[in-house]
Amino acid sequence: MAEIVLDKVSKQYPDGAVAVRDVDIEIADGEFIILVGPSGCGKSTTLNMIAGLEDITSGELRIGGERVNERAPKDRDIAMVFQSYALYPHMTVKENMAFPLRLAKVDNATVEKKVRDAAEILDLSQHLDRKPANLSGGQRQRVAMGRAIVRSPKAFLMDEPLSNLDAKLRVQMRTSVSRLQKQLGTTMVYVTHDQTEAMTLGDRVVVMRGGAVQQVGAPQYLYDHPANLFVAGFIGSPSMNFVPAALEGGAVRSPLGEVPLTDRVRGLLSAADAPREVIMGLRPEHFEDARLVDDGVRAHGVTFSSHVDVLESMGSDKYAYFSLSGEQATSAELAELAADAGSSDVPGGGVSLVTRLSAASTATEGEQAEIWFDADKVQLFDPGTGANLTYSGD
Amino acid sequence: MAGIGGAETTGRKARWAVLNVVVVVYALFPVLWIVSLSFKTKETLADGNFIPREWTLDNYTSIFSTTEFVRALVNSIGIAVIATAIAVVFGTMAAYAIARLDFPGKRVLVGISLLVSMFPQISLISPLFEIERTLGLFDTWPGLILPYITFGLPLAIYTLSAFFREIPWELEKAAKMDGATPGQAFRRVIAPLAAPGVFTTAILVFIFCWNDFLFAISLTSTENSRTVPVALSFFTGSSQFEDPTGSIAAAAVVITIPIILFVLFFQRRIVAGLTSGAVKG
Repeated sequence: MAEIVLDKVSKQYPDGAVAVRDVDIEIADGEFIILVGPSGCGKSTTLNMIAGLEDITSGELRIGGERVNERAPKDRDIAMVFQSYALYPHMTVKENMAFPLRLAKVDNATVEKKVRDAAEILDLSQHLDRKPANLSGGQRQRVAMGRAIVRSPKAFLMDEPLSNLDAKLRVQMRTSVSRLQKQLGTTMVYVTHDQTEAMTLGDRVVVMRGGAVQQVGAPQYLYDHPANLFVAGFIGSPSMNFVPAALEGGAVRSPLGEVPLTDRVRGLLSAADAPREVIMGLRPEHFEDARLVDDGVRAHGVTFSSHVDVLESMGSDKYAYFSLSGEQATSAELAELAADAGSSDVPGGGVSLVTRLSAASTATEGEQAEIWFDADKVQLFDPGTGANLTYSGD
Repeated sequence: MAGIGGAETTGRKARWAVLNVVVVVYALFPVLWIVSLSFKTKETLADGNFIPREWTLDNYTSIFSTTEFVRALVNSIGIAVIATAIAVVFGTMAAYAIARLDFPGKRVLVGISLLVSMFPQISLISPLFEIERTLGLFDTWPGLILPYITFGLPLAIYTLSAFFREIPWELEKAAKMDGATPGQAFRRVIAPLAAPGVFTTAILVFIFCWNDFLFAISLTSTENSRTVPVALSFFTGSSQFEDPTGSIAAAAVVITIPIILFVLFFQRRIVAGLTSGAVKG
């Protein structure tokens, strides 16, 4: 067990392409940290550099206080679980799990015991003599984890370990990964492109984009205080609504009406030297059916009326979709997020809005509805730099 | 439904069986005829009977009583085995590098090796003859082994690089993470998985060397290095007017046997789909 420190770590390929740029992360001993971002953001490259499978171009990587840049993977004492599991097909489950111990020249009795213990933890005891070809996806995944834990390494690296499983099994395995990490108390670096895994699993989340770290923090903190448009749009499902808006005097003029600014926000805006044109971000759950909001609370927010496009009732909540007239909010970050979600080529005239209303709402599809939102929860972004203008950065 | 389906499969099976028998008979009939000829006596050789009327082993005993054939058999086995071993060892290394590494000139290397294998062999005979005579390689084992490697190596590189490409690279990374040195990763993970490819390649190269007639007849002159296919063509009857058909048939049967043994021996190791279960769900 050890802490892992990435100090200005960069990766540049011989053709000049920069995959990872000046990444600074300090991972505490026993911490469960998630690297998350869309494909091509450099998260897997970062993981491979920690593993030693890719060379570090510049910067320093320290594991347990020692510089390990030049060490071969085998001398770093870390274990990795691959997206494809990478089980040795010519070996049985037992041999697969024993392989790292055999290489370390551990005596037979200890190997037997450690493999048996790991199999016990992962519920693989009855499959020890089978070959990987005869196992289900979930079982293979567990064998891959077993191979990682038998050696009691300093840290585990996981490269999208659940992405090859079907949705139901993924949820099940997600909880068992989390339980396993708590049980073993070993430092874990986990790469995923799935923001749900990022939110639910980690102690801290590192959001990456284009090879650079966007923000590091606890999942809830990133959700509540995204540093920029990218983090705001990436974390959360359904994702944050973005509406173009303009700052005028002490208020924000938007297609949803005029939003008054609190003193706190006004202070931050002037400190950040905010432009006139901004992007207003609103989480779906900060909307509510205006009829269900008390008058007292209502004064803190803004009420608007619009036509409900689609209404999805989830039982516990209702999701109401609106489309507002006017231009869509545009920025490089939003375009990238849309491309990653595959929605960039979906034709959408105007601004679309997703709201989460309580189940008691009487909004009906195709009818006008009165919707209220909390003005204090509004986040404002600079469309040019993507920076969150309402983020104090503490 | 099930009944109809069952009948359909039975019908299909029957059709396939008939087709298979036709193909096998067509392919093996000349072989069987040679076998039959090799057991016939001189007198009944041309009687046109498929089953010999008089069985004899004379043809076999006669070919093994001459040093001409025995010596050629030794040459053939020695030359083919050595050439195959060298081609497969170097082919394995080259193919691994081609499949795994990105080095400058890789495409050129692959292109040249393809070019070599496509080169018409007949056009090389006269220059090779001159070169080998000058170097003193003419009519020696190395004189045949070298050209066999030249043509066996591209074959080996091609077949093996296809096999290496099929082995997921992540297995090697996993082995490294599990604490293996590059050597251990190759020996304990990659080599066992590449084994079927290596054996397949060995069979192909061996058959190429074993069957070669063109180089063997041009680059040899005595029993010193003459291989069986060439020796066969030098068989004569006991007199000028006697046809050596019986002995040639017997020798042809004998030289087929090592190939069959070679294939049968290695076939057990060629397990299709050995890499299944390594990756994905």
